[in-house]
Amino acid sequence: MVPTSFYVFLAALLFTIGAVTVLVRRNTLIIYMGIELMLNAANLAFVAFARQFGDVAGQLFVFFVITVAAAEVAVGLALIVTIFHTKHSVDIDAISDLKG
Amino acid sequence: MSLMLLFMLMGAVALAAAMGLLLARNAVYAALFLVLNMLALAVLFLSLGAPFLAMVQITVYAGAVMVLFLFVVMLLGAEVLPEEGGPIPWQKPLAFVLGGVLIGSLSWLIFVEATGMGRILPPPADYASPQELAMHLFQRYLLPFEVTSVLLLVAMLGALVMVQVERRRRARQQESQGS
Repeated sequence: MVPTSFYVFLAALLFTIGAVTVLVRRNTLIIYMGIELMLNAANLAFVAFARQFGDVAGQLFVFFVITVAAAEVAVGLALIVTIFHTKHSVDIDAISDLKG
Repeated sequence: MSLMLLFMLMGAVALAAAMGLLLARNAVYAALFLVLNMLALAVLFLSLGAPFLAMVQITVYAGAVMVLFLFVVMLLGAEVLPEEGGPIPWQKPLAFVLGGVLIGSLSWLIFVEATGMGRILPPPADYASPQELAMHLFQRYLLPFEVTSVLLLVAMLGALVMVQVERRRRARQQESQGS
């Protein structure tokens, strides 16, 4: 028997770590991993609330979140590869100009 | 009681793996820490009565998505970057302060404001079986399901087009250099 708030607090901690990863790191790939961590934290909160209310709708939302995250990773990594071919770097500071 | 023990153990593993992702210098290590984090979350999903989601988490997230990440990291050969310096010197301290503010306000919200949250009990045997999930998915959520399939198709085409445009551009460059 675990209070639901513990699960939600764990999700909040993981979300914060993911957000700080996005803010602190300069490797674009690791920033992407931080975004994945935030999505995972939200999924944990969804599943915890789905269990508390005994409703599987929360679990279906997690299903959709995982699908959208997969699509996001496919497009994002293609973008990173394309940027790498022009800039020869995955440093987020290299992508700081709006020239074509 | 055993549920509490499992939660503490897997929560500690998930938090340690997340900190590893935040602090790892090498992008390959960061990806492997994220895989560990996802596996710990899959065990937590099992304890919350979501066996199907736990398996999807392992196959789709820890399997497919992270393999894609590792492929790109190794393909680009960009594992380690110099993390010191940068154009804004106060960015990192500010980021940690903002993270502290975020977790502070979230925990105030969870533990002080929303005290009415219930408790997680061991799930009944027939809760959220794959059959039950499928019944809901293909009846109430049929339209979102179809929309996500279109979204996946568009994402696949987008990724292909982006790589294709780049290849054509480089072929043109080589032609103009050759002539």
